[in-house]
Amino acid sequence: MAEMAEEDKVLNEVTQSEYKYGFYTNIESDRVPIGLNEDTIRRISAKKNEPEWLLTWRLEAYKRWQEMEEPDWANVDYPKPDFQAITYYAAPKQKKKLESLDDLDPEMKETFDKLGISLDEQKRLAGVAVDVVMDSVSVATTFKKKLGELGIIFCSISEAVQEHPELVKKYLGKVVPPSDNFYAALNSAVFTDGSFCYIPKGVRCPMELSTYFRINEAGTGQFERTLVIAEESSYVSYLEGCTAPMRDENQLHAAVVELIAMDDAEIKYSTVQNWYPGNKEGKGGVYNFVTKRGLCHTRSKISWTQVETGSAVTWKYPSCILKGDHSVGEFYSVAVTNNYQQADTGTKMIHIGKNTKSTIISKGICAGHSNGSYRGLVKMGKKAENARNFSQCDSLLMGNSCGSHTFPYIEIDNKTAKVEHEATTSKIGEDQIFYCNQRGIPTEEAIALIVNGYCKEVLNQLPMEFAVEAQKLLAVSLEGSVG
Amino acid sequence: MLTIKNLRASIEDKEILKGINLEVKPGEVHAIMGPNGSGKSTLSSVIAGREDYEVTAGEMNFLGQDLSELDPEERAHAGIFLSFQYPVEIPGVSVTNFLKTAINESRKAKGLEPMPAKDMLKAMKEKMALLEIDRSFLSRSINEGFSGGEKKRNEIFQMAMLEPKLAILDETDSGLDIDALRIVANGVNKLKSQDNAVVVITHYQRLLDHITPDFVHVLLNGQIVKSGDKNLALELEEKGYDWIKKEQAPIG
Ligand SMILES: Nc1ncnc2c1ncn2[C@@H]1O[C@H](COP(=O)(O)OP(=O)(O)O)[C@@H](O)[C@H]1O
Ligand SMILES: [Mg+2]
Repeated sequence: MAEMAEEDKVLNEVTQSEYKYGFYTNIESDRVPIGLNEDTIRRISAKKNEPEWLLTWRLEAYKRWQEMEEPDWANVDYPKPDFQAITYYAAPKQKKKLESLDDLDPEMKETFDKLGISLDEQKRLAGVAVDVVMDSVSVATTFKKKLGELGIIFCSISEAVQEHPELVKKYLGKVVPPSDNFYAALNSAVFTDGSFCYIPKGVRCPMELSTYFRINEAGTGQFERTLVIAEESSYVSYLEGCTAPMRDENQLHAAVVELIAMDDAEIKYSTVQNWYPGNKEGKGGVYNFVTKRGLCHTRSKISWTQVETGSAVTWKYPSCILKGDHSVGEFYSVAVTNNYQQADTGTKMIHIGKNTKSTIISKGICAGHSNGSYRGLVKMGKKAENARNFSQCDSLLMGNSCGSHTFPYIEIDNKTAKVEHEATTSKIGEDQIFYCNQRGIPTEEAIALIVNGYCKEVLNQLPMEFAVEAQKLLAVSLEGSVG
Repeated sequence: MLTIKNLRASIEDKEILKGINLEVKPGEVHAIMGPNGSGKSTLSSVIAGREDYEVTAGEMNFLGQDLSELDPEERAHAGIFLSFQYPVEIPGVSVTNFLKTAINESRKAKGLEPMPAKDMLKAMKEKMALLEIDRSFLSRSINEGFSGGEKKRNEIFQMAMLEPKLAILDETDSGLDIDALRIVANGVNKLKSQDNAVVVITHYQRLLDHITPDFVHVLLNGQIVKSGDKNLALELEEKGYDWIKKEQAPIG
């Protein structure tokens, strides 16, 4: 059939889009020897000059982890990582602490230029404070002073452990306890860096707080720990974005993000995830096993927005525990898989309080031989009087070799609670593409246009500059895929 | 401008176009009429380069270029515009964004910079006024939830923005009420010049009352069986197609 041959041709063209940001920067680094045992953890803790309670906490988590098994319920298939073949700590060697961005290692600066996120540019982008995590240690923090005047703390978690131990001790592991799951336990034992953010009572953070994560050192596992605390009636919008160099071996990434919204507070947490997905044959790529969860107190709101285009294997369910009455949880997600990528992602909305509300908008896009699953749990607890959930899970397929699955789990223990679930599966139509072509829009651009339209509800949730970046990323990830 | 010689095209091994000959010169208006299923939309799709159809014989030449060598978007860049009989919905893509992309892709193909936003807005305002289109239209998703008439008016709005050399209007009149028909026809006439040409595909004389054709062709069973001037359309309106079919019927 002529139609099929054409489809194959275009598909091949689309999948030719190599990872744009694939490169490797040679920065000297300071590592802890390979492998994992109690001694590794003690060394990490000592290197970071941590208080005794944190070391104890890590060792306890390590003990739990050893008793746990790697989960296999997700709809993904990958060789199990060898946890003894990973380096758990690698700090880029910096000569001294940075006074300003101008002091940044020139090679590192070049890396950022290649990514198109040069810090100079970022700095000029008024209203964006950037805390760069390269490998496992923060190397630059900006706008700190301005934030400081408002009492906002935005720093690396290691710094927070030193400067604000009482806050870290009070909240660390309270939303995601070390025993929560295999990878959360591992992260608790060995996390080396990540971000810490604290918004005092009544303060509205005047700028988007933004962190660009990168994985750089070959063979380095990345275990970030992020903790965001919004005190009563405060507001913060937090952006997390990442991109990684091209390489041939699998890299494990197991981050934990904990959000706490006190009464009447609001946290918006946006992610653009673009780690190396592996090559066209499915070789290499990052394993991304993330635990993200937020706790909502009375009348507070937590909103997760994610655009996931990278990684070879993704396993990620940003969730909300709606504990306080009238609290609100939202999850907006675009997950793109291409070539041999696998993603099992979704959310959990746990309604505990009265009149709690949650919204789930999930847009999956599958191309190539990839596999994308939505997995979501909506739980209405006994006391969740008049709780409401609306879920919309759409999938868009490109070509005939990919797979998309939806696993919605619903548990209702309160008769007044209402759950609405809608799901659709569609393909980009030949007629849509021809319509665009006829107006002078080539097929690649037509796909980008159609896909961006399909994801509009989610992209609209992102802050402006992030949305533009995300749109470009979608186009790059899907170059050449037609169904 | 457009020369079609002995064009044959089929889909899924079924021959639809069975030797079409057509010559359209700059400044001309052609009308193509014919019963349902005679191949009118197929002809317009084949001219526009839709790949579902296989061209099995003949040639198409547009402004000196062999169309068989051009992709659909290249044909659009060369100046061919098709107003679809059934315009396609693209959820989440606004009319503005769609048009902006279309215009700038055409410019890119010609080595031009994207059109400045100010100019684009000005052009949109002008053409919207011409076609009596409301501003709110621009931010709606293209064709999604549009009424039949809105879809057709949107097609002509796009035509007005893209300023093609050859516009093929495939049953643009169907779905339009009398007022809308007048507005659309008026728009087409205003955009008409000595340098461009229009091919109007229609079943009804009422559109041709507004857009006067220089030539009328009857397409029957994949062939242009009769051509004439505007009076042929009047004759068809009065007598239908049966008399032509009879003329065609083999003697015996
Ligand atoms: N995609 C298709 N698959 C099979 N047959 C088709 C397809 N498109 C059109 N046809 C057939 O081609 C013939 C001409 O159709 P069309 O060009 O739409 O006619 P018109 O526009 O004159 O009404 C019809 O018999 C129709 O059934
Ligand atoms: Mg037709």
